[in-house]
Amino acid sequence: MQITVSVRRYNPQDKETPSYWQEYSLEVEETSSVLDSLIKIREEEDGSLALRCSCRSAICGSCAMRINGHAKLACNTKVSDVAEDGGTIKVEPAGVMPVIKDLVVDQTLFWDKVKQVSPWLQPEGEEPEAEYLAPNSDMTHLAGVMACIMCGACVSDCTVLEMDPNFIGPAALAKAYRFAADPRDDQDASRLAALSEYGGVWDCTRCYECVEVCPKGVAPMDRIMALRDRAMEAGYTNNNGARHTDAFEASVSHSGRLNELTLPIKSFGVLNLPAQMSMAPVAIRALMRRKIPPIIHKSVPGVKNVRRLVESVKEEQQDEQAAG
Amino acid sequence: MKYAFFPGCVSRGGCPELYPATIKVCERLGLELDGLDKRGATCTGAGVLQEKNLFLGDVFNARTFAMAEELDLPLLTICSTCQGVMSQANKRLKDDADYLARVNAHLALEGLKYKGTAQPRHLLWTLIEDVGIEELKSFVIRPLTNLRVAPFYGCYMVRPSDALEFKLYPEREDSLERVMSALGADVVDFPGKTRCCGFPILTINERNSVKMVALHTSDAKDLGADALVTPCPLCHLNLDGYQPKAMQQAQRDIDIPIIHLPQLLGLAMGFDAKEMGLSRHIISAKRVLSKIKVPA
Ligand code: SF4
Ligand code: SF4
Ligand code: FES
Repeated sequence: MQITVSVRRYNPQDKETPSYWQEYSLEVEETSSVLDSLIKIREEEDGSLALRCSCRSAICGSCAMRINGHAKLACNTKVSDVAEDGGTIKVEPAGVMPVIKDLVVDQTLFWDKVKQVSPWLQPEGEEPEAEYLAPNSDMTHLAGVMACIMCGACVSDCTVLEMDPNFIGPAALAKAYRFAADPRDDQDASRLAALSEYGGVWDCTRCYECVEVCPKGVAPMDRIMALRDRAMEAGYTNNNGARHTDAFEASVSHSGRLNELTLPIKSFGVLNLPAQMSMAPVAIRALMRRKIPPIIHKSVPGVKNVRRLVESVKEEQQDEQAAG
Repeated sequence: MKYAFFPGCVSRGGCPELYPATIKVCERLGLELDGLDKRGATCTGAGVLQEKNLFLGDVFNARTFAMAEELDLPLLTICSTCQGVMSQANKRLKDDADYLARVNAHLALEGLKYKGTAQPRHLLWTLIEDVGIEELKSFVIRPLTNLRVAPFYGCYMVRPSDALEFKLYPEREDSLERVMSALGADVVDFPGKTRCCGFPILTINERNSVKMVALHTSDAKDLGADALVTPCPLCHLNLDGYQPKAMQQAQRDIDIPIIHLPQLLGLAMGFDAKEMGLSRHIISAKRVLSKIKVPA
């Protein structure tokens, strides 16, 4: 099939020229990957095109880049899935990380984040005579996270990292989960404490970008949600995120609805006056436009049924917990 | 066509202009609404409850689905977040019969049972899948010619794409652009259209949240958009309500109106600004109104 590949070019040695789009027209097989096409361009048309790749089979994690606006492995993306015959494919370097040249980015940030979560097992107590044993079910559960190939696609498209490099980010948080949930690791408390800080699990917007772009089904966001749950269970609740979740659950369980008036107040902590005050201008503007929820929070009709339902679910969950 | 209508908390809470605008527009389109709120349907959990108690969230949503099944009506939503959370819950419930049975054991307390047939659908998708774009055009009596609008979907209307069944319904992916063009507006293609508005972290990391508002509103503005249009009231709360703070933070003028999807429909269908509750926004919608020659 005939395609045009539009590549975002950038050469750091040419200080005069900012990054620009360059188009290449070429004939490729229906079964070709985007990586095949880029290699073809480099070999046959333009030897100056820089890209990173190795395994060509979605194992090494070298070839993550943005294809039509979203992070993907170039070797794992079929041309015919992203363009019609005669169509154009837009290829850009991965986001968030600085570009070294063309499609090659500097992954220092990615690796620094991974290192930040101490990605190794830290057991305590006496070493066993042979290997450490772990229940099969725990390890099959972790296999999903261990499938990460460190490609950085999730980091590229993370909506929070785009704003704030302080965020630990999806890949590293998924890695943190991998160790916090490993039965052989004994540092859960210190791990969860660190992850409850600014830049940790609560900073994620739950935007699902990382889940959508991960080529290996790691679902980093789901792991972040599991870490939030574990952190709260372990008692790390003195933060806005945990208070927000608690208040939300309480409101919905009590009235069947969200209480938008008291939720922000409870999230900041009722005694956190500076934060409460910072809300004031926004609230006043809203008040003047009558853009506010009703002052009296009404429950849904038949709320008794809802409360009974909540009770019944929680009873089951408590029984389960008691049974281990 | 009649629907089991799930309005969500925010359309009568933080965005009180959305509910009445929706009711008027649906009436005009001949979409009859049976409000599940009146039958005691609960909040979807908005993804927040799910962090703490996913199962309880699934029980709540299964309960709403069972109510729609009982009425034998398709389920209509008007919030990207409600839609996404429902789609995800529905997938878990439909994919696993044992799980569904566990959920149903609780619903039995109220004599309800979810059979697994509900298909929650946002008004945006309904316009394309039930009303049809050609039919929609026939309701336009005030084409939005020369109005340059940028779409802003809300995360939960675009991801995760498997729960939202994009493979089965490929037109969902650019549904907002399709509807905006059908109303006669000029669509501004805009890289931020599927990104996050920042609302979920507003009380957790306000600086980052407001930065997101600043980035997307100023990008849309710089691309020449007169307004951003969203099917998500939570996006509206942040992009509209926190835009003044975003201007302060970014130290620049932005001032771009954020319009709810039903309001845009209503304007094209000839409703006036007051009927669509356009005076209730923080960022004045006057510029939009003057462009399409509607008195403010
Ligand atoms: S869900 Fe969270 S971690 Fe994943 S991309 Fe969005 S903000 Fe980043
Ligand atoms: S979590 Fe997925 S997207 Fe992120 S680095 Fe690992 S394999 Fe790549
Ligand atoms: S080249 Fe190894 S993952 Fe693509």
